Amino acid sequence: MEKKINYTISVYTENNVGLLHRLSAIFLKRHINIESFTTSECEIKDVFRFIIVVKMTKSGVEKVSKQIEKQVEVIRVFFHTDSETIFQESALYKMKSSALFEERHIQNIIKESNARIVTVNPDYFVIEKTGFRDDTEKLYNDLKKYGLLQFTRSGRIAVSKQKMGISEILNTFKNQK
Amino acid sequence: MKNKKISGAEAVVHSLLNEGVDLIWGYPGGAIMPVYDEFYKFQDKLQHILARHEQGAIHAAQGYARSSGKVGVAIATSGPGATNLVTGIADAQIDSTPIVCITGQVPSHLLGSDAFQETDIIGISMPVTKWNYQITKASEIPEIFAKAFYIAKSGRPGPVLIDITKDAQFELFDFKYSKCKGIRSYNPLPTISDDSIDNAAKLINNAKKPLIVWGQGVILGNAEKEFKDFVEKSGIPAAWTILGLSALPTSHNLNVGMVGMHGNYGPNILTNKCDLLIAIGMRFDDRVTGDPKTYASQAKIIHLEIDPAEINKNIITDVPVIGDCKESLKLITKKIEKKSHSKWISKFDDLMKIEFEKVIKTDLNPSKDGLTMGESIIAINEYTDGDAIIVTDVGQHQMVACRYANFVKSKSNITSGGLGTMGFALPAAMGAKMGALNREVVAVIGDGGYQMTIQELGTIFQLQIPVKIVILNNDFLGMVRQWQQLFFDKRYASTEMVNPDFVAIAKGYYLDSERVKDRKDLKPAVERMIKSKKPYVLEICVEKENNVFPMIPSGASVSDIRLN
Repeated sequence: MEKKINYTISVYTENNVGLLHRLSAIFLKRHINIESFTTSECEIKDVFRFIIVVKMTKSGVEKVSKQIEKQVEVIRVFFHTDSETIFQESALYKMKSSALFEERHIQNIIKESNARIVTVNPDYFVIEKTGFRDDTEKLYNDLKKYGLLQFTRSGRIAVSKQKMGISEILNTFKNQK
Repeated sequence: MKNKKISGAEAVVHSLLNEGVDLIWGYPGGAIMPVYDEFYKFQDKLQHILARHEQGAIHAAQGYARSSGKVGVAIATSGPGATNLVTGIADAQIDSTPIVCITGQVPSHLLGSDAFQETDIIGISMPVTKWNYQITKASEIPEIFAKAFYIAKSGRPGPVLIDITKDAQFELFDFKYSKCKGIRSYNPLPTISDDSIDNAAKLINNAKKPLIVWGQGVILGNAEKEFKDFVEKSGIPAAWTILGLSALPTSHNLNVGMVGMHGNYGPNILTNKCDLLIAIGMRFDDRVTGDPKTYASQAKIIHLEIDPAEINKNIITDVPVIGDCKESLKLITKKIEKKSHSKWISKFDDLMKIEFEKVIKTDLNPSKDGLTMGESIIAINEYTDGDAIIVTDVGQHQMVACRYANFVKSKSNITSGGLGTMGFALPAAMGAKMGALNREVVAVIGDGGYQMTIQELGTIFQLQIPVKIVILNNDFLGMVRQWQQLFFDKRYASTEMVNPDFVAIAKGYYLDSERVKDRKDLKPAVERMIKSKKPYVLEICVEKENNVFPMIPSGASVSDIRLN
């Protein structure tokens, strides 16, 4: 049996209104659960980058990447293992302000975890932590006992160690024209 | 045209004319009425055929595309009009048929308000289209239509859908059309690597027991000649998938028959004996491979394919040759030695003898009184000189027709292969006839599938489309019944059909029609049908409980093919 591991799939696309649906349908059709999904404009104007994290076999991620690349408005697809990427997640923790003063431990937890207080007001304060999943998870567990009002974590954002050369691909097309 | 503003609806017509469209299939309704109004004005340049159901319109467009090699166009209104196209779109997607669908949509200010006949056809059709787009401004029409036709027919063809809001159809703008020549994120024709050609040629030259399996890619790539040259120079026996059928004449001495679930005995067994399998324009469908773990596991595999996503999808390939097979076949043929594999080919002949004794003989010359599907197909061969376009539906009759029909020319076998859409054949046949007016088109349909789109007899009557319709009636959903007999202890759950009088129905549509039950009447009836210049419905009452063999049970290895 092939082992399932985390892959970060990077999808470079045109700015298209329905593409998100088209991409998620490719996973849905194959009953693949998406661990995280983020998208934003990348370093090239009007080119978007989806970062999709899945737990799959190598042959599985190869197949699904080819199905994604087949879509008309997808420029290029790459997939990487965790060791081939630099990746981070961000988390926000909202707590009662009273806890900050009544529970002295919280201040130590924030300091030790290299988290940052984003805002404080009389009712609540918000902590932000960026790092690996383990880091945001640990902070969650540490803070949980003091009463979290809200907790939210972003999807993974990642850059690859190797270059991907999207500008070159787009330039080749321009030159062909 | 300069300096004159036209409406989005008129722009739709001009866009279609710019793409060389002269025939479209459809059904009007509220949200597409402005476009229909333009069809009325341009009816001398653009023929619109009114189907009796949107599913009929799209299957007709598919049949038209498959017989003509052009892009088929289907048009419908919003809501139910659009959703009724979906089965045909899914069928065209899995069988790689170039189709452009146009749907009307509620005005853009009503989008998302659950307006009358509003449906999210973009969302619904997304997983089954090669590309789709919603137009909300008239100015988008020329570029989107140009893109749609380019995408539908380039590379691996497929269906695209354009949804146009009603306000965009009314809006006036300056129309200017230029054809799409490329899209930067889309590479329909991957460059063939020299290494892949060299490696493929090397394997072919060294092979002792090679086998070719070809699919529809040969037909879609217009590569019939290059394919035939390759087969003849290499001397390699060649077997077809159901959609590859007719790319090489049936009578060709290296055509060894069909692979897959109801394919021929020889090519299925020898798939697991060959030392090299050369797959050309096919996608290793599960109905072809049976159990993929045992499929040709002893052989090296070369895969000529235009769609990179098909490489290693179902079967791991040793040498992928990615690119247009019209080019790659030419390059490989240059590099291979001329050979004949007579000893290896004799193995196919030996197995064909066994299949003939155990299956074909009784299929074609039955000892019982009841007519068989096999002898019906042979009768059609006889009176069409094997030169007809045969359009089949889905089920037993489809397998029998593909096994026994003779083909001389390419693009002559039209069937719903990947999706297995019952109801496909009747509308697809009228489309196929309109796409190839000089060819005889014979639809072969079971009594089940016939009743799924039987309303298209109305279209055939109104337009007097001279298709020949053969109903092989066994009063059963025969293929499901066969499985119930073999795998469910003959528990015939909901497969027996109490059928209406098909001749009376045809006559109700003022079509010539007759029914045959006896062997002595079969050939004269087929002859009358083929000689007729008009549409014709021939019901042939066949044995109720005949089975189609050979058969690879679902999930079994191809070499476990059963003869009874």
